[in-house]
Amino acid sequence: MKLQPLAFLEPGSQAVIRQLSCGRTVCHRLTELGLHCGTKVGVIKNDNSGPLILSLGGGRLALGRGMSMKILVEKT
Amino acid sequence: MKDSKELVVALAGNPNCGKTSVFNNLTGSRQHVGNWPGVTVERKEGTHIHGDVALKIIDLPGTYSLGAYSEDEAVARDYLLFGQPDVIVNIVDSTNLARNLYLTTQLLETGIPVVIALNMCDELASKGIKINVPLLSQLLGVPVVQTVASRGRGMEELVEKTIAAAGNPPAKSINYGPDLEPDLEAFVEELKELKTHLNPRFLALKLLEDTEFVKDIPLEESEKEKLLAIQEKNLERMRKKWGEGVETLLAERRYGYIAGMVKEAVQEESSLLARLSVSDKIDRIVTSRLFGIPFFLLVVWGIFQFTFTLGDPLVELLEGFFESFAEAAGIWLQNIGASELVSSFIGDGIIGGIGSILVFIPHIGLLFLAISILEDSGYMARAAYIMDRFMHMLGLHGKSFLPLLVGFGCNVPGIMATRTLENKNDRLITILINPLMSCGGRLPIYILFTSALFTANQGLVIFSLYLLGIVLAILMGMLFKKFLFKGDSAPFVMELPPYRLPTFKNTLLTMWDRVGAFIKRAGTVIFAASILIWFLANLPVGVEYASQQSLLGRIGSLLAPILKPAGFGNWQAASALIFGVVAKEVVVSTLGVIHGVGEEGLVGVIAKTWTPLAAYSFMVMNLLYIPCVATIGAIRRETNSWKWTLFAIGYSLALGWGVAALIYQVGSLLGFA
Repeated sequence: MKLQPLAFLEPGSQAVIRQLSCGRTVCHRLTELGLHCGTKVGVIKNDNSGPLILSLGGGRLALGRGMSMKILVEKT
Repeated sequence: MKDSKELVVALAGNPNCGKTSVFNNLTGSRQHVGNWPGVTVERKEGTHIHGDVALKIIDLPGTYSLGAYSEDEAVARDYLLFGQPDVIVNIVDSTNLARNLYLTTQLLETGIPVVIALNMCDELASKGIKINVPLLSQLLGVPVVQTVASRGRGMEELVEKTIAAAGNPPAKSINYGPDLEPDLEAFVEELKELKTHLNPRFLALKLLEDTEFVKDIPLEESEKEKLLAIQEKNLERMRKKWGEGVETLLAERRYGYIAGMVKEAVQEESSLLARLSVSDKIDRIVTSRLFGIPFFLLVVWGIFQFTFTLGDPLVELLEGFFESFAEAAGIWLQNIGASELVSSFIGDGIIGGIGSILVFIPHIGLLFLAISILEDSGYMARAAYIMDRFMHMLGLHGKSFLPLLVGFGCNVPGIMATRTLENKNDRLITILINPLMSCGGRLPIYILFTSALFTANQGLVIFSLYLLGIVLAILMGMLFKKFLFKGDSAPFVMELPPYRLPTFKNTLLTMWDRVGAFIKRAGTVIFAASILIWFLANLPVGVEYASQQSLLGRIGSLLAPILKPAGFGNWQAASALIFGVVAKEVVVSTLGVIHGVGEEGLVGVIAKTWTPLAAYSFMVMNLLYIPCVATIGAIRRETNSWKWTLFAIGYSLALGWGVAALIYQVGSLLGFA
């Protein structure tokens, strides 16, 4: 199982979240929004600068680059 | 005949789930906008009559959860816990079921009867999603109704189910797993000993999520001490066993429970889900590095074109109406033999003051209309996404951009919109720079001066003022971040709702709410200011109306020398600026009173007495100096601090004078004077 930050994924790739390495409050917030361990996410857009656009369930989420460095995923 | 009964119904749902549509469908024009007690979160209320039942409908703020992450969430939580509505109607976006059901799981825990409106059902087929509604209803243990709120479908059934649900609490509650449940139950059992009507399980879960929450619970002193002891003991016990982040664990368990339900009741064609939707395709262009910003500027430019091209003829119409009205009133007053003073009071004070403001309603209305269309279409969230890069320069993120954009309509809702920002420092900076966003109230000033002196490129000059405000906001934001608010900002997480065609009804209702608020202000604060100005212009008794010898002229004369470096060192401009603090629109009516002409004649007077450079410098001053009283009030409420309120007043005054003087001096050197 190779873990990498979400921010490193190319647009069009899919991944499963394995680890959130952030503070308690932020962790709780991300979990509430559906970004918790075991969730499948797709990367819709990643420009290598600025926020990413993710697909999560039926919705789209914009996530800051800093945050997406702290979410470790396994590519599928 | 049966007695009619009243039911209190709370509407709850995620942002962008169509809650506003449901509310508008049910209440129509029978709605009332106010504030939640103690905080400034907007509270919308309305009534719906069905047979002999009156439904009092309370619109809770749109939230993803009932935690305490933002003020909106805390308001919703406190209302459900302490307010005790009869039924909760939970609006759920059926195209994004799992995320939306997260809030649902918490609503079920309140013990209040819940009815679910499965909204946007018409979009399911195209996304390849099939929902087994009876099964979902059975799994959740509450009635589920399919709706398409944007077209008014399913509302009748929703109302009937809501009335039937009163008195029937949810049949099921979320199971947090066999390992966690006993610990949770032990906590709940201890809470049952308290003398209170609050639902013990809901209370226990909220206390685990937000340890500060205990302070807000209305209980007798002795009971509160008991509660504190129970909380501390259980929290320690649970943390020891389950780790520090018990709240994250609870959230994960809820999602686990939801995943199980969704698996049973929902069929998804994965081939269709993986496909890029139309929204994604639009986003590829609209949010791209290359086209994102040009497109955004095009949109902003388009808004101004729309506002002026459509607004100008309407303004002319209104102007004509007020002219004939003032004339007719003048003749009537003469006929009944009213004294000159009374005629002046009614003609110059009342009709003149109100008229010169109401004449701008077309422009402000169209601007608000454009902003509501942007919000309802989904583009507003993209604007925040695009601006995230820029906002990072000032240490903020894209979400701060929305309040700033709303500020273009009016700074008061702009400042109120900062409530969605989670980080306190981010919020303070966004509040402090919001008044630099040129609001609709300042527009009349620009229109007046550009109509008089910049007829050839009116749009461009006004656009430059808006741009100047933005540039200065960025600079001030950077300074504030660097020297006043060091430290990290909150993470940037924001939903991008799919693009939707705004519906006529909702967009117009949103616009009407905002224009209504403006008219109310024009009717009260600005009206009062007009009368005050009239008195100052007529005192001391016997003085020539609005002359330099009047009180108005004397105050202006006192301040004029200070404004000289900025190019408008005359008492007329100084007096207008003083009253502009009441509301920026008043600058126009003050100038009208001073020159003894209505809005129609004012353009001619300005054209004769001002140079273009001085006029531009004056417009810059109006853009930047002290926010209006309503905005000052909003800053005070939202920051809850006089220190920051005074700071906002002080820095904007210094900035306004400084920049105006700089423009005038440099312009004079270059020979523009």
